[in-house]
This record gives sequence, C-alpha cells and structure tokens, in this order.
Amino acid sequence: MAGTGSANGTGGMPGAGGTGSTGGAGGVGAAEVRERARALLAACPPRTTGRRDFLRARFDAGLAWVHFPAGLGGLDAPRALQAVADAELAAAGAPDNDPRRIGIGLGMAAPTILAYGTPEQRARFLRPLWTGEEVWCQLFSEPGAGSDLAGLRTRAVRDGGDWVVDGQKVWTSSAHTARWAILIARTDPDVPKHRGITYFVCDMTDPGVEVRPLRQITGEAEFNEVFLTGVRIPDAHRLGAVGDGWRVAQATLMNERVAIGGGSAVPRESGMVGPVAATWRERPELRTPELHDRLLRLWVDAEVARLTAERVRQQMAVGTPGPEGSGLKLSMARLNQQLSGLEVELLGEQGLRYGDWTMVRPGSVDFYGRDAGYRYLRAKGNSIEGGTSEILRNIVAERVLGLPAEPRTDKDVPWKDLPR
Amino acid sequence: MTTAKRPSPAVPDLLYSEVEDDLRAAVRAVLADRCGPAAVLGRIETAEPYDPGLWKVLGADLGLAGLLVPEEYGGQGASAREAAVVLEELGGAVAPTPFLGSAVLAASALLGCAEAGAPDLLGRLAAGEVTAALAVPLTAAPGDAFPQGVRADAAGRLTGRVTSVVDALGAAALVVPAAGPDGPALYEVAADAAALAAPVSLDLTRPLADLTLDGAPGRLLAAGGAARAALERALLTGAGLLASEQLGLAQWCLDETTGYLKQRHQFGRVVGSFQSLKHRLADLWLEVVSARAAARNAAGALAAWDDPAEVALAVAVAQAYVSPAAVHAAEEAVQLHGGIGMTWEHPAHLYLKRAKADEIALGTPGRHRRALAGLVDLPAAAG
Ligand SMILES: Cc1cc2nc3c(=O)[nH]c(=O)nc-3n(C[C@H](O)[C@H](O)[C@H](O)COP(=O)(O)OP(=O)(O)OC[C@H]3O[C@@H](n4cnc5c(N)ncnc54)[C@H](O)[C@@H]3O)c2cc1C
Repeated sequence: MAGTGSANGTGGMPGAGGTGSTGGAGGVGAAEVRERARALLAACPPRTTGRRDFLRARFDAGLAWVHFPAGLGGLDAPRALQAVADAELAAAGAPDNDPRRIGIGLGMAAPTILAYGTPEQRARFLRPLWTGEEVWCQLFSEPGAGSDLAGLRTRAVRDGGDWVVDGQKVWTSSAHTARWAILIARTDPDVPKHRGITYFVCDMTDPGVEVRPLRQITGEAEFNEVFLTGVRIPDAHRLGAVGDGWRVAQATLMNERVAIGGGSAVPRESGMVGPVAATWRERPELRTPELHDRLLRLWVDAEVARLTAERVRQQMAVGTPGPEGSGLKLSMARLNQQLSGLEVELLGEQGLRYGDWTMVRPGSVDFYGRDAGYRYLRAKGNSIEGGTSEILRNIVAERVLGLPAEPRTDKDVPWKDLPR
Repeated sequence: MTTAKRPSPAVPDLLYSEVEDDLRAAVRAVLADRCGPAAVLGRIETAEPYDPGLWKVLGADLGLAGLLVPEEYGGQGASAREAAVVLEELGGAVAPTPFLGSAVLAASALLGCAEAGAPDLLGRLAAGEVTAALAVPLTAAPGDAFPQGVRADAAGRLTGRVTSVVDALGAAALVVPAAGPDGPALYEVAADAAALAAPVSLDLTRPLADLTLDGAPGRLLAAGGAARAALERALLTGAGLLASEQLGLAQWCLDETTGYLKQRHQFGRVVGSFQSLKHRLADLWLEVVSARAAARNAAGALAAWDDPAEVALAVAVAQAYVSPAAVHAAEEAVQLHGGIGMTWEHPAHLYLKRAKADEIALGTPGRHRRALAGLVDLPAAAG
C-alpha cells in the first residue's frame, strides 16, 4: 500500500492541539471522574506523596487515561473526560507523568498493546509505561525502509520459545533512554512484503542491542542508530499473530497522529506562533511592513489550525470522528516551519547566531527552551517524522478523496525477489 | 513580556446541529430542483438574473427572507449559525438570490434600528413580500468610517451617490447611511425614489447597482451612535457570514474537480492518479477543512455576540482565511478541468467570478488582517 506513514519522534510536533479518539461507551460521567480525582487527592495528597507513588495511585484509580479499560489505568469513559481529571489534579498541584519524555510509549506503544496485547502483556507493560518508569521507543524505520516501511529487512527467526533478531534500525528517537521498544521485523521473506512481518516488544537491555547516537541538524542527537545482533525475544513478547505485524503496526501508526494531548482546546497563540508574536510585541525596532504582513498571515493560519483541531476534537467528543484529523499534522508541519523561519528572519543579527551546537542526547524535545534557530532547524523534522508530508498527501488523496492509488510494482512479489 | 494579548475564550460549537442539518437539506432540495448549473447559466445574461420563483420558495415559503429576524417582528428568530448553513448551500450553487443583501445585510441593519420599534419594512422583508438593500458599496468593511457620500437635510431629503450596491436591483426599499444634520444617520428610502444604474459586474450571479439620490425623501431609522452601531453590526454580520458562502463555493469546487479527475483519462490512465494532482487536491481539501472551522467559528461568535471584540476577531480571521481559500479552490477548478474549464458552458467560471468578487466584498483579506493587527496587539511597523 502506497504511503503508510512511518515512525515518529518524541512529541516533535508542537501545537498540534488536543485531539483524541473516541472513548468507551461506559456510563461514567464528568461528576464521577471529578469525584474520583478528589478521592485520589485526599488519599494521596500531592504535597506529602512522592511523585512515583502518586502516579502509580493515579493509574490504579483509573485516572491515567480514562478511556482505557478499568484495571488498566482507565474507567471505560469517553476520552473527552480526561480533561476533567487533568484539570482537577493539576489545580491541586499534582505531578504529571512528563508526557513529552514518554510520547512514543503513550501515543504509540500503549494503544497497540491495548488493542493486540495479551492480558499478561497489558498487565506487565501499561502501568510503568504510563507512570514514565519505563520509557519506550519505536524500532520501525531502517536505512532502506522509511516511507516504504513494509520493505524492511530486519529478520526475526524462530528458535524454540524465542525469536532471534538481526538487523539495523535508524532514526530511533529515545532509544538511548528506552527500556522497551516496539519492533517490527521480517519473519517470512517468501511472501509479499506486507504479509511476512511480525510485531514484537524488544528489551532494550538485551546484550545484542547496540544504540549509537545519530547527530542531527540541530547539533544534538535526539535519535539513534540501533544495531540488533542476535537479540533474543521470548515469544511471549510477540504482539499479535505471526505474519500479522503490518496490521498491528497500522494501529500504532494511526494512533500516532491522534495521540497528542488530552481533551481540551489549546489556547490561542499556543505553539510556534507564541514566541514570534512575543518577539514582535517586545521588539518594535525589528518590525517592517513586509514582515508584518507575513506575521499576520501566519497568525491567521495558526488560529485557523487551532480551530480546525478543536473542531476535530469536538467531532470525537460526540463520537462522530471525520476524516479531518488526517490533515492536522500536515498543517502543523507547514506552520511550524514557516513560523520559525519568520522568527529567525525577524531577529536579524540575532538570527545569525545559534545557541549551542554541542552534541547532547536529550531525553525529550523542547521547542521553547531554546532559541529561534533551534526551532527553525528542529521543525524541519515535522514534515518527515511520523510520515512525510508527501506521504500524508497521498493518504488524504486516496483515503479521503478516493483518488486512485499510486501505481504498484511490488504488490504480489515475494519480498525476497523485490528489486533493491 | 509587554504583551496585552487577548485571553483565549471558549471556542463555540463548530459542528452542525440537527436543526441545521435539516435546514441544509431543505435548502439543498430546492436548489437542486430549481437552481442547477444549467438554470443559472441560462439566466445570467437575461434582464432578470434573479429568479423570482426561486426566491419566493426560499424567501417566503422556507422563511429564509426573515431567518435572522426575531419572531416578534415576523421572522424566524434563527441565529447566524443557521444563516451560515443557508449561505453554504447558496454559495455551493452560486445561487442568484438576494439573501446576502436583503436577509443578511439590510435585515441586520434594520434590526439595529429596531429599538425604537421595528420599522414596518422589517416585517414585510421578513415575510418575503419585499426585499431591501443596504446602500453601501459591496467593498465596505467592518471598522470603516461611517460613509459620507450621501447627505441628508433637516427635512429628511437625501442627496448623493452610492456605487456597487448589492441586491438593490429588484429591492423595494433601501437602507441608506447618510451624513445627517446631527451626524451619522440611517434612513429608509423607497427604491423608486432613487435612480438606479446597473454596471456590468464581474460576478454574473450577483448584480450590482449604482444609486443616485437627488433630494429623495427618507424616513429616519437611527441617528448618531445607534446608526453607527447598526451599520457596523450589519457589516460584521455580513462579512462573517460571507465566509460560509465562500466555504460552500470552495467545497463545490473541490467536489466537482475531484469528481472530474476521477473520470477523465489521459495517457491511458485516470488523470486523478497523477501524484502532482493528488497532492494539489489534498492541499485544497485541507484548506476547505480549515475554512470550515474558521467559518463555523465566525458564525458561532456572531450568534452568541458575547464580546464585541471577540466577534470582530472571529470575523476577521474567517475573512482573512476563507476568502483566499475560496479563490484558490475556484482557480484550481478552472485549471484542473483543462480547456473545458475555460468555456462559458461549464459552470466553473461562475464560481471563479463569485469567489473573486467575494474576496473584495466586505473587506479584502488584507483589510481584515489589518483589523486583526489591532485586535490581537500585533502593531504595524512605525512610520
Ligand atoms: C526527527 C525524526 C524522528 C524520527 N523518529 C523515529 C522513530 O523514533 N522511530 C522510527 O522508526 N522512525 C523515526 N523517524 C523516521 C521517519 O519515520 C522516516 O524518516 C520517514 O518515514 C521517512 O522515511 P525516509 O527517511 O526513509 O525517507 P524516504 O522514504 O526515503 O523519502 C525520501 C523522500 O521521498 C519522498 N517519498 C517517498 N515515497 C514517496 C511516495 N510514494 N510519493 C511521494 N513522495 C515520496 C518522501 O516524502 C521524502 O521527501 C524519525 C524521523 C525524524 C526526522
């Protein structure tokens, strides 16, 4: 299938706004969520409870992700009610789980484990994933398989109760902080590419896993190369059926684009427009008529993108999600790039300078703690990570507008016979 | 930070209610029946581009003439949200009707004067018996200075000229802003007391008129601050709701073009299978999706009318975004239809002309961006 978006970085898309999939159909309402939040605060006062203990208790109270099943951090409640819990707990000064540090776990691994995991897998993985005690990364992309992810060549071969994995992954965000990875590997090279893939949970502490930093255009290394040599994965860490990994991966990739944020509207001037507007207000000497017009155009685009995300959120809240969500990432990537580009230009001489090129390995992406030059460079990744903008346009054209798929030459050919 | 930026208010409901869906279906059915592309094309060059039969069904039978007029004055008592849905459908059909001029602009101005008792005109307008026009150029924008082109004397006689007035041809009455003896004022003038000339308009589905008043008798509707406020509210309502017309128009262009590219073959394949065109349509789709959020937000803000500055902001954002999006959609429709898009016979040109005229109407995108600069505290460069 043409253009399945690929993997993502850790929350590398600021400003995409709170969207979310529909929640369960349970009868839990806002009042009960609020009541439970108050009970939690009474039982574990944030002032006197350690962060980890509080987060564990919050998970056990079903207030981690209310749309998840009871017993797995949720209440089977509509996803929109998450905002109620978040607001109540934040107002009481409760610690959060630092979602930016664990974006891949929350946004991709968790929904996939929920959808395809065994009861044992769900019970083992979800709680420390949510509390942030265990960081996750995504071992999908390879040097030869990015947009065309299904062409991947990392092999997994059955050996008794284990699988033995050999291959190379690349652009793996957070691999250096991760305890676990979601991994897709080829288990049958003799069938067409989409059919011979299996989905696993990989232990990043296995001696066969080697993580090497991969320096990026910002100077730092958010992502990595990951070499897998004889890595042993017990069959109990397989997610879904053997050979069904592509379908399981779809759950991951679909969630990737709706995973950001909780359930409430983001305020005006959230995201990249904020720093530019602030600079404009604080530095009258930088203003020119031409920059003014561009700033206003982008301000309008940002406000409309915010409203569009809010409309998607409203659709989901009433249980009628439309295709509109597929466009959000495209808009945000373009906006982030244009706004940060404008900001560097607006800054003039200061735009000629850069904060710091030192190679570091950050645990999360922070667009706002650093200067405009960093934002400008990092935002370039927004149209690549999580499916490139070209691939997303293909998806919109084909799945939303019903236009014909890209011509395919690789569909019915066994993976091992594909030209490369 | 030296920011004085506005706090972020709650976003209105951006979805469509069941009532709005029903209203849309009713309007759509009438338009499908009486206002298809062939019917519109057949009329535009005749002396009567507006189909009186169509307006009778829409305005009187469906009650659209008085949609925004409260029930106590004989209207439907609906809000800007419902009017927006109607405009989406009218835009999607480039329907030649006086809805924008009479039911939106003139009705809103008259409502602003209704404090001292509703003018009799409002009731007749709401019943669909007559139409009225707001005597300002279609280029008038919210925030403009009160017009000075018409002067009124102490006896209520009006003299002056107003050009490019929309929906004045066929109207029974004119609502005329004028410089009165005590400052700004709004007058009601019988249309036959004015000399009307019809210039050739770019938008064939929305004819313009140039009005000349030479001592025409007027009835004072409002004066001073009340007149100013009534006109400003009419222009804000018009500009905000125009975004929904532009949205309907853009959606038609997207749907029609997508449909065409799915069946047109060249080089032995469907033209819509070429990736450059798929990407252009995907981008257009995204613009239309975004335009819908902006237009619904403006309609919601107008309907609630809580904080006037927020209303002005929502209207300016909608106009600044949706106007160019609609023009882009119409331009893509012409280009992607190839030669047939260039013909008189194909309706694409009607949409292009409407989109381009709408872009200038009630404030250009640049004019609305300038308004925003003040509203969101992003001031222009000094000097
Ligand atoms: C910051 C960052 C973080 C990332 N984090 C992760 C991660 O944690 N885990 C992970 O697995 N991956 C991650 N990725 C990888 C990312 O998913 C891939 O880079 C992406 O899917 C593109 O693949 P590629 O790099 O191989 O480019 P290619 O697929 O080779 O694409 C090259 C160019 O061709 C275009 N192109 C390709 N196919 C088509 C087509 N059919 N039609 C039109 N144009 C096409 C692309 O849009 C692109 O412009 C990350 C990437 C970045 C930038």
